[in-house]
Amino acid sequence: MRVALFVPCYVDQFYPQVAIATMQVLEKLGCTVEFPPNQTCCGQPMANSGFEDQQAGCNRVIVDAFRGYDYIVGPSGSCVLHIKQHLNHEDETTAAQIRSRVYEFTEFLTDVLKVKTIDARFPHRVGLHQSCHGQRGLHLSQMSELVAEPFSKPEQLLHMVEGLQLARLDRKDECCGFGGTFCVFEESVSAKMGKDRVADHERQGVEVITGADMSCLMHLEGILKRQQSPIKVMHIAEILNGA
Amino acid sequence: MSVHPNKASQPHAELAQQFNKDEDRVNWHDETLWWIRQKRDKAAWSVPEWEWLRQTASDIKAHVLSNMHDLLTQFEAQALANGASVHWAADAAEHNAIVHRILQENKVQQIVKSKSMLTEECGLNEYLHEHGIDVVDTDLGERIVQLAGETPSHIVLPCIHWKKEEIGELFHQHLHTPKGNADPQYLTGAARIHLREKFLTRNVAITGVNFAIAETGEVVVCTNEGNADMGTHLADVHIACMGIEKLIPQRQHLGVFTRLLARSATGQPITTYTSHFRKPAPGRQLHIVLVDNGRSRQLGREAFRNSLKCIRCGACMNTCPVYRRSGGHSYKYAISGPIGSILAPNLDMRKHADLPFASTLCGSCTNVCPVKIDIHEQLYQWRQELYKEGLAPKGKAVSMKMAGWLLGKPALYRLAGKAARTVLRLSPFVVKNSLNPWYKQREMPAPPKQSFSEWYAKNKKA
Repeated sequence: MRVALFVPCYVDQFYPQVAIATMQVLEKLGCTVEFPPNQTCCGQPMANSGFEDQQAGCNRVIVDAFRGYDYIVGPSGSCVLHIKQHLNHEDETTAAQIRSRVYEFTEFLTDVLKVKTIDARFPHRVGLHQSCHGQRGLHLSQMSELVAEPFSKPEQLLHMVEGLQLARLDRKDECCGFGGTFCVFEESVSAKMGKDRVADHERQGVEVITGADMSCLMHLEGILKRQQSPIKVMHIAEILNGA
Repeated sequence: MSVHPNKASQPHAELAQQFNKDEDRVNWHDETLWWIRQKRDKAAWSVPEWEWLRQTASDIKAHVLSNMHDLLTQFEAQALANGASVHWAADAAEHNAIVHRILQENKVQQIVKSKSMLTEECGLNEYLHEHGIDVVDTDLGERIVQLAGETPSHIVLPCIHWKKEEIGELFHQHLHTPKGNADPQYLTGAARIHLREKFLTRNVAITGVNFAIAETGEVVVCTNEGNADMGTHLADVHIACMGIEKLIPQRQHLGVFTRLLARSATGQPITTYTSHFRKPAPGRQLHIVLVDNGRSRQLGREAFRNSLKCIRCGACMNTCPVYRRSGGHSYKYAISGPIGSILAPNLDMRKHADLPFASTLCGSCTNVCPVKIDIHEQLYQWRQELYKEGLAPKGKAVSMKMAGWLLGKPALYRLAGKAARTVLRLSPFVVKNSLNPWYKQREMPAPPKQSFSEWYAKNKKA
């Protein structure tokens, strides 16, 4: 199984350890992982600001980088969803193939690799942040709005980790307020939403906030650090990698 | 508190920032609305076929939107046969003029009005006030904001931004209740006495319309306070104002919507009153004003047409994490929150260009919506539309063009990334300053020496 590693731009630049952990977990699970070097961004910052046509360069880069792989896996639900919904290229056959073969890291583990056990230990109290695009867009977890059977792919994986104690949040799937460019153009509401999320995790006494989307965690980390909180953020791949 | 929402000109982000100056108040506002969202969840879970109901309601409305012409003419014919008068208004101005003309014909200067978001949308109160007509809103929440010189901040809970102590003070000033009395039951009693006199003396009652049934020509009005009934039963003239999208084909479809409406709105199984108005009593008048005001245009916009399915329950506001933390008035439109943000640009794209950006696109609105409007997808689409119409801010357009260009060139991107990280490490003051909105309440991520691509090139490429 040839798996291409999709590393979103901000993970590449600011969180290399998350990409390394993602790669290592996949390798431990028997995948042949390749990192196509010429990749940049899913195009979401431009498209979500209304400039869909300005993501043409990104589309070109994605199609060139990920052509021909069995699977493409990335540690960010939001970027994966954007590719799934908005990758557009004159080579529609390849674009369609990429759209159907791109997976967020946790869903790839539960749905494709069908992982039943994970060799990892993490004796800490952990809060899971459900990122909206992963949850409501990719259906990584059931959303609280629907009258439907609950499930959660990230939780399913975290339960396999030895010693990990998963906290219950007061609001299990409220948005953290990152929202891409929203975090600067609507700074006050964005920061307030982040502070409220952090407070919920604090109330449950967590030591670590984890999630399947590093962008939300980057925002929450910014707030935690400003508050000089002892709570850390870690991408779920880092925990599943044995930490 | 004194902002007249329709007159504020600042963008949503600025008004939201003002709202956030009082953090305790934001917490209170957020928790109050979240409590209603939780009540809604509980009510929804009490109906095992909830998701089926949502789909069915959405499908019925899809049928209505595809058959507007036939259903509207059927409704008109039935209503006329019932003895009602039917008026057609192309826009807000025509609507207001029609209502004014009916008042003039009946020589009436003072009227009562129950909740109608359509009349808010059309600015009827202001228009009638300018023409010397005294309008008393009889919904308690609406009366409160009216006494305060404001407009509703929420379509179902008009004064949700007011605390009971503040209402006590307002009533002390206007209704002469004892100073410092903020007991909700007492204040409601005072409002009841105050409104009773209006009900008894006013001869024209305006109501909104929740549903209009094409098959029978009747209109259905849902309230909790019975104020629509009190108004119409005591007046000789009832004017029911409705947007043309309020239609449903048959009476048998109504139950689908009444089961969804109150549960979605407040978590009640049903509104206290669900009143059907079919024909005027002998010697009385029933006027139905059918208003377009941009709805036909929205119907023609493929990406946005199903926003017209909205039944005005307000669930998208209660669930919206941005609405809860920015307040309804920051939207500067009669219908605030996520649904308002996709309806308002249809009426005036330039004026409401900020609203589609007042969202993180989290998608909670779409999934709580009882008629399954894809609200967050439409917010995304409006952003594209605004850019195409040249209404995107210039600075944003330039920076997004540059970003798009750079991200289309992997080698250059890697170089720029490395340069930026080096600058951040060596001269953090470049971003750690008050000009950077991120840094105001958040630390910057620590820039690592090596990007993942650099690490991979060194450690993995063999």
